[in-house]
Amino acid sequence: MALSMANQWLLKPWMKPLLWVVCAVPAVALLVGALTDGLGANPAQTLIQETGQWALRWLWLTLLVTPLREMAALPALVRYRRTLGVTAFVYAVLHLLSYAWLDKGWVIDDIVADVFKRNFILVGMLTFLVMLPLALTSFNAAIRALGGRKWQLLHKLVYAVSLLGLLHFYLKKAAKNDVSEVMVYAVILALLLGWRVVRRGGVLAMLRVR
Amino acid sequence: MPFILTSRHAAHPDSGRVHAVPSEITPQAVYTNRRQWLREAALLGGGVMTSALPWARAQAQSAPATSATVTRPGKRAALSAVRSAVPGALAVDKLTSYEHITTYNNFYEFGTDKSDPAEYAHTLKTRPWTLSIEGEVGRPLKLGLDDLLKLGAMEERIYRLRCVEGWSMVIPWVGYSLSTLLQRAQPTSRAKFVEFISLADAQQMPGVRSSVLDWPYVEGLRIDEAMHPLTLMAFGLYGEVLPPQNGAPLRLVVPWKYGFKSAKSIVAIRLTEKPRPSSWMQANPREYGYFSNVNPTVDHPRWSQATERRIGEGGLFAPRKPTLMFNGYAAQVGSLYAGMDLRKYY
Repeated sequence: MALSMANQWLLKPWMKPLLWVVCAVPAVALLVGALTDGLGANPAQTLIQETGQWALRWLWLTLLVTPLREMAALPALVRYRRTLGVTAFVYAVLHLLSYAWLDKGWVIDDIVADVFKRNFILVGMLTFLVMLPLALTSFNAAIRALGGRKWQLLHKLVYAVSLLGLLHFYLKKAAKNDVSEVMVYAVILALLLGWRVVRRGGVLAMLRVR
Repeated sequence: MPFILTSRHAAHPDSGRVHAVPSEITPQAVYTNRRQWLREAALLGGGVMTSALPWARAQAQSAPATSATVTRPGKRAALSAVRSAVPGALAVDKLTSYEHITTYNNFYEFGTDKSDPAEYAHTLKTRPWTLSIEGEVGRPLKLGLDDLLKLGAMEERIYRLRCVEGWSMVIPWVGYSLSTLLQRAQPTSRAKFVEFISLADAQQMPGVRSSVLDWPYVEGLRIDEAMHPLTLMAFGLYGEVLPPQNGAPLRLVVPWKYGFKSAKSIVAIRLTEKPRPSSWMQANPREYGYFSNVNPTVDHPRWSQATERRIGEGGLFAPRKPTLMFNGYAAQVGSLYAGMDLRKYY
């Protein structure tokens, strides 16, 4: 009874706009911080780090939708999956832009050199590139044009995005041996993906469109 | 011969020109400063006296008018000093704020976040504190903090600090040359390297329970680097004793090397014939070398070292500044590395 109540709430038309507002909160907080000198001693680094970490957090939440809706019998949750995924992408864009602007001053040559010189930048760029087709097909017309099955298959790439994103974070933090936070992300991702592997009966089955 | 040594050869313990008890001799720079100060004070009258008052309390006879460049933040006990006469010791860069210097720290013994040391380091007990100087020395020493504070004339030194992570600060330290301390212990001819060992007490330092590095934190210098007059044993900053998060009660400051070389909260200094790998070399030998001189042409494997971000300067969108060879101290220390391949010895 309570669960179906929850489902009804999840179906309310104003719930999606509410989620958009929630999704914007970290970005707005960072913007306010940037304008009011509230991002600490190294605001550029804070911005780059926080936008990157929020991209991972939203991605992890996106990956939480399916397990949660099956375990808690909340089918209506699926309405929010795409919003969360697009939010992860928007934060990844902010992360990339703040790196290109604040760290590299828009000097394209420096960015290109960085990509080929440094593993973690390369992996970060790769993560973004794999995310790109998912973001570009995240509106209704794209789903119709592709057809549901193809669209779903394409969006299985989100698993690759999550693993690449985690690797990017790890490679950065490993430079100063500071991987405890990365481990928290890794454990949560292992649970999110592990649940799928067990539930679907193997990695290949997880990648198949049902 | 002036006490302030200008070349590494004069400072070498084998030179035979090392004073037995250097601290009993007033450095030339101090008495010259003092005379100049007396003249200026006489000329300017009350104005100078007033501005110099906070400094004058403890060491009235040696406080020069020029000390007043730094305004004490009034957070900790005063540590008076004279402006250093060591060449290169007074950078003209704009000072980083006390707030930033004391809240943005790498001090893994208190956690890996930059804000952790300011939050947790208050548990560090800086008294009683004993520093032992051991190894290849004629006179091994165990010195208490009060002895250490009296051992040399305290100087104000404004140094640039460049972190290996690509940010930098400008910090007004208070302390005296490490050579003053080392000469007390009479290094033998076999003393080729100097190890610095930081406190590692899990009771006081929560980060020591994590395995992020092998504790205690160990750093090292070649003896000529250690004896260089710019190599500082710091006891304070901004005219006050060091806050715990900055490495109280005493730390090393080597301004031409990346910040991690400047070991904090030191309990032992060991002179040796062979170098010992530092903590960071043990953790990641490919990325951290023994010398770790600031060098814009040798990148860290994970990021460029060509530029840096000066903390607190110019706001969010200020462009990064170019990093200078030896952090801008090439004129003073470049000769230490003459003929060395700095790509190989990074």
